[in-house]
Amino acid sequence: MTAVGAPVEQAGPRAGWLGRHHIGLHTALIALMIIWAVPTIGLLVNSFRPATEAFGTGWWQALFPPYHFSLENYEHVLGQSNIGTNFLNSLFITIPSTVIPLFVAAFAAYAFSWMEFPGRNILFVVVVGLLVVPLQATLIPVLSLFASWGIAGTFLALWLAHTAYGLPFAVYLLRNFMGSLPREVFESAAIDGASAVTSFFRLALPMSVPAIAALAIFQFLFVWNDLLVALIYISAVNPDNLPLTVSIAGLVTSTGGGTEFLGAAAFISMALPLIVFFGLQRFFVRGIVGGSVKG
Amino acid sequence: MADKLITAAIVVVGVPAVLVGYIWATEQVLRVLPEGRKPRVRPWLWLGPALAFLAVFLIYPMIGTVVRSLQDSSGQNFVGLDNYAWFVGSSDALSALKNNVLWLVFLTLGVVALGLLVAVLVDRVRYETIAKSVIFVPLAISMVAASVIWLYMYQYKPEGAIQTGTLNAAIGVFGAGPVPWLQVQEFSVNTFMLILVMTWMWTGFAMVIISAALKGINPELMEAARVDGATEWQVFRGIVFPLLVPTLVVVSTTMIITALKAFDIVFTMTSGQLNTNVIANLMYSEMFKFGQYGRASAIAVVLLLAIVPIMFFNIGRFRQQEAVR
Repeated sequence: MTAVGAPVEQAGPRAGWLGRHHIGLHTALIALMIIWAVPTIGLLVNSFRPATEAFGTGWWQALFPPYHFSLENYEHVLGQSNIGTNFLNSLFITIPSTVIPLFVAAFAAYAFSWMEFPGRNILFVVVVGLLVVPLQATLIPVLSLFASWGIAGTFLALWLAHTAYGLPFAVYLLRNFMGSLPREVFESAAIDGASAVTSFFRLALPMSVPAIAALAIFQFLFVWNDLLVALIYISAVNPDNLPLTVSIAGLVTSTGGGTEFLGAAAFISMALPLIVFFGLQRFFVRGIVGGSVKG
Repeated sequence: MADKLITAAIVVVGVPAVLVGYIWATEQVLRVLPEGRKPRVRPWLWLGPALAFLAVFLIYPMIGTVVRSLQDSSGQNFVGLDNYAWFVGSSDALSALKNNVLWLVFLTLGVVALGLLVAVLVDRVRYETIAKSVIFVPLAISMVAASVIWLYMYQYKPEGAIQTGTLNAAIGVFGAGPVPWLQVQEFSVNTFMLILVMTWMWTGFAMVIISAALKGINPELMEAARVDGATEWQVFRGIVFPLLVPTLVVVSTTMIITALKAFDIVFTMTSGQLNTNVIANLMYSEMFKFGQYGRASAIAVVLLLAIVPIMFFNIGRFRQQEAVR
């Protein structure tokens, strides 16, 4: 970042390239926004164009008349391929994989925050350490575990795996949040004779809603967008249970990205994350910030 | 399909019921204990499910992977460090490792620099929310969808044909290209094109965190410097940047881990062909294409070892925060 243009005429507040009213600031920012949006817009436009046109000319040509938009790619994807089934599979995988770790993590976070027990700190340090463990280091033994339990290729296997993989972050975030709730609230509840279960469900859980919402979005997006875990635990064993990501990745690798309905398939897979994202962006941002720069 | 819907309904209602029921049941179990022992037993019942998940699906498998990396492909015989010797001697593995270094350096630098730039810029305009959303959206979609999006960006048609890929059409305006972006191996151009996709995805992440830290800086500090005649650039270099360094370090560690684990983009866009392979994809091929579970485990251990320093760094940082609390 260097100052561009003519030498700054008047030194003083707001002067220079970064000044609030400087045209350079707006040009740079709007250019960045366009660069960021164009890839997605290009594919979105192409997904509504007939195959012959999308193959012959660039997507930007479709923005000028005569207009030839059609839904045929979407009809094709939903009618003739398995994308519809894959969409449902993704839902079946994602919803329990989001709900289970939230509960399990909330119980653990409550214990870490408001119960005294030997080894509390060291155990939590282990959780912090586990935050960065690469999934790859667990794949082979977990796959053989699932095989020996006879659940390889099932949704249950993915629920268990995603619960475990999401837990360190969930426990970490929730414990930081619950631990910063006012101590007096829990103390006076205990004096009034409230049991741990009552304080958990009546106090800790309702007061932690912002953190839980952030986590739910996080885990939902992580599982919905996951490729590797489903690829390993499902694809080789039971192709009927494939989620969207694996099936679209399969389409790309088998056709080299050359199929006209790939764009439509990609947008179907993006629909839910985008709705979640735009609807709950505030919580999502809070989750990211809280998880990373807490303290 | 009907079966699936019924299963889904049972699961959506049943799973929370079981989990809530578990906690309720622990309290009933505790009733039989003498008063003095309850506070000592209770935490372990609340922690139980989480600890069980972590032990069975993270800690045990990590140990298992290390053991497996010392065995042959069948898993019957111990072969010492043979799998690691293979890794060090294999040109494919070393090329993947070299690419991971490129990913680590350039993804981290790119994301942190762009995230910082955008965070500083958006802080000064009225359309901050929209600008942030635009940059942030790619983080919400899957890497597979991002791969599809960018395959269209990078699309290549032979010279003379109408270019339908955005990038080749754009450079065509200036009379350059076309370039088969994902096939050019000189200077690892194709790997850089893959890194670019991830940079596009993750810049929003860095931006959000850096922006939050930026807003936490006391505006009076900056105002005072401005009154003293400092230019915006001097304010940034002298005051803002030093205060942001801890945040930049945090973002960098996250990006280093992301770079080391990079898989989806490579798997989908190039399958690791033409010298674009990375260790996570190499591990996948050794597992599923070649059934070399021993070698695949050794690759996973290499990945784990690369991440261990960051693990200790994080633990140290956490301890510091706790001391401050």
